[in-house]
Amino acid sequence: MTARSVRSLSGALKPLFSNRCPGITSCFLQVYGAASCNQRQKSTYTPPPARYGGRHTVTLIPGDGIGPELGNHVRELFRFCCVPVDFEVVNVDSSVASEDDINNAIMAIRRNGVALKGNIETNHNLPPSYKSRNNLLRTTLDLYANVMHCQSLPGVRTRHRNIDIMIIRENTEGEYSSLEHENVPGVVECLKIITKTKSLRIADYAFRTARAKGRRRVTAVHKANIMKLGDGLFLECCKEVASGYPEITFDSMIVDNTTMQLVSRPQQFDLMVMPNLYGNVVSNVCAGLVGGPGLVPGANYGEDYAVFETGTRNTGKSIANRNTANPTAMLLASCLLLDHLKLHAYASMIRRAILSTVSETRLHTADLGGQGSTSEVVQSIMNAVQSTGPQTLSI
Amino acid sequence: FSVLSFLSSLLLITYKMPLLQPPPAKYGGRHTVTLIPGDGIGPELLNHVREVFRFSCVPVDFEVVHVNSAVETEDDINNAITAIRRNGVALKGNIETKHTMAPSVKSRNNLLRTSLDLYANVMHCQSLPGVQTRHKNIDIMIIRENTEGEYSSLEHESVSGVVESLKIITRNNSLRIADYAFKLAREKGRRRVTAVHKANIMKLGDGLFLQCCREVASGYPDITFDSMIVDNTTMQLVSKPQQFDVMVMPNLYGNVVSNVCAGLVGGPGLVPGANYGHVYAVFETATRNTGKSIANRNIANPTAMLLASCMMLDHLKLYDHASSIRNAILNTMNETRLHTADIGGQGTTSEVVQTIMRFIQSKGQLTSEY
Repeated sequence: MTARSVRSLSGALKPLFSNRCPGITSCFLQVYGAASCNQRQKSTYTPPPARYGGRHTVTLIPGDGIGPELGNHVRELFRFCCVPVDFEVVNVDSSVASEDDINNAIMAIRRNGVALKGNIETNHNLPPSYKSRNNLLRTTLDLYANVMHCQSLPGVRTRHRNIDIMIIRENTEGEYSSLEHENVPGVVECLKIITKTKSLRIADYAFRTARAKGRRRVTAVHKANIMKLGDGLFLECCKEVASGYPEITFDSMIVDNTTMQLVSRPQQFDLMVMPNLYGNVVSNVCAGLVGGPGLVPGANYGEDYAVFETGTRNTGKSIANRNTANPTAMLLASCLLLDHLKLHAYASMIRRAILSTVSETRLHTADLGGQGSTSEVVQSIMNAVQSTGPQTLSI
Repeated sequence: FSVLSFLSSLLLITYKMPLLQPPPAKYGGRHTVTLIPGDGIGPELLNHVREVFRFSCVPVDFEVVHVNSAVETEDDINNAITAIRRNGVALKGNIETKHTMAPSVKSRNNLLRTSLDLYANVMHCQSLPGVQTRHKNIDIMIIRENTEGEYSSLEHESVSGVVESLKIITRNNSLRIADYAFKLAREKGRRRVTAVHKANIMKLGDGLFLQCCREVASGYPDITFDSMIVDNTTMQLVSKPQQFDVMVMPNLYGNVVSNVCAGLVGGPGLVPGANYGHVYAVFETATRNTGKSIANRNIANPTAMLLASCMMLDHLKLYDHASSIRNAILNTMNETRLHTADIGGQGTTSEVVQTIMRFIQSKGQLTSEY
């Protein structure tokens, strides 16, 4: 059986990123998964096989600010719950100009296939030739889709209720191409690149995800009345892909109207797909609507790799090492990681514990208006996990 | 008299006064203002403006210039621009940019702004007491660069399937808008100016903008200057908008941030906007909506357009008329609670306008018999 027919068969059998795959298919895929890993253009994703005694190795990039302490909490929690994941820690120093650190990190992610990272600070004092490390990581590994799921959590009091928006943002091109030049002194030109292949790719990803998650409506966010060629191309690609998914409604909205609708009536949105910069703004608005940057996890998916982090990518320098950061976003990101590695039982167990802790108001951290500390929250999550009965480490 | 006007125009050019002088009312003390109806709800709202002005005996005559958005030629918009050059001041509705036309058909609104060099778009978002919103006590002034940035309309497709859009940031324009922002902040007694940018990614472009703002800020020690990245700004706006005072930013971020703020204070029907250049001024609704879906149904909210006309009267130094109309509008909004559909009420546009006119009449000023 060739790898290609395996892929097409597995593609027919199992929708992408579905949580409910039958056991037989998963074994089948794992056996052939190793063989098809090296092939390009995989239509379905299989996580790297757990070669070493059934334990996965995941790259961990602590980053700056609150990243290291939250990464430590994740490791603590995983060790407590006996999750079969080992972390390979790669430190990236944001204050040096050489790119060795980030290249090591990229190499480690290529090796392991999956990573969990904190945000790496982009120092303004270094010269403009110093590119953003996070951006470099995303473009080198071609993590083209940034997925953020904003949901109103029951225990968190916000001005809007019943929000359930999935934001899919193109992660590698657009305004973040880092191509700028100053031909005439005092006049800077920044290039915003939109390509047909990448727009088709992200639109395809968005519709496949919508179908897999049972979403009814996809909204493309753009500014094609002004950037007719650029965002016009993006919109055209989305329309092309939409024609292949007749059961999903497709509409488009200009970015300024979108942000205004988001602050007045966010419940109207279901799944949104957009280029890079609008994705940045819209995802931050949605994160603010559901309770702040401490609650929403984010995931960056590519053809071969996946990197998980907090949704709004904050460094949180001002609250670093003060035990006041909200660990929810990073812990939910680690649950997304476990789902990706198909360790669904662990993922749902930890997620249930986190959500039950968040609904307890007295344990809210400062960003949610409470007075709890990070360690109290993590302790309460571990207690919740222990009380549900699975095997835990006694520490 | 001609020597005086020549000298005053010289002053205008050499001193680059931020608060530009309105054109003198040459014809019997009456001003002539260009009126561009636009599409969607523009025509009906501007008719209401004319109705209110006629009722209150405001010494303003409107020169109406129609711009047809369905044709490809630029004659209409060039006529409009010439009319604005002649009169110096304009009130406009939004002109629709049809997606079905070729990409070479540029946005008419954008063309108008860049030809007349209306470099500053000023929007003042305030919570109105009569409008129920999720956030209270908002008072933000947004100053947005209006002519360059992402709206340069310079795009090309060198390789098929790959489009490059150019975002231009220049030192001159950035210094100019920063200067305008700080002058306005000082004049209005504001304490803090925040620059919104994305300089961690667009280091040269937004880095230049930020640098220019810092340079200008050093000349205003009484005003605090800080900067914030646009994604954090939008997140702060939806959680704690009361922390912002004056915000200055390039074109696209200005578009997004002004729409977020308009949504926070009650919607697009409430906030007026003004576009100022060195020589000309054009007034319109802040969020520039065409409102095609609610056109000609008598349900549009006239507040934004009427407040924009009050800003225009302030600009023409007709302060009494401006404040009487503004008070009438705010009384209608806050006291009678006569709200249109977009803010949750059931009033029609004409009812609101009638109430405003009754308020003006009740203050005892000269009104015409209608």
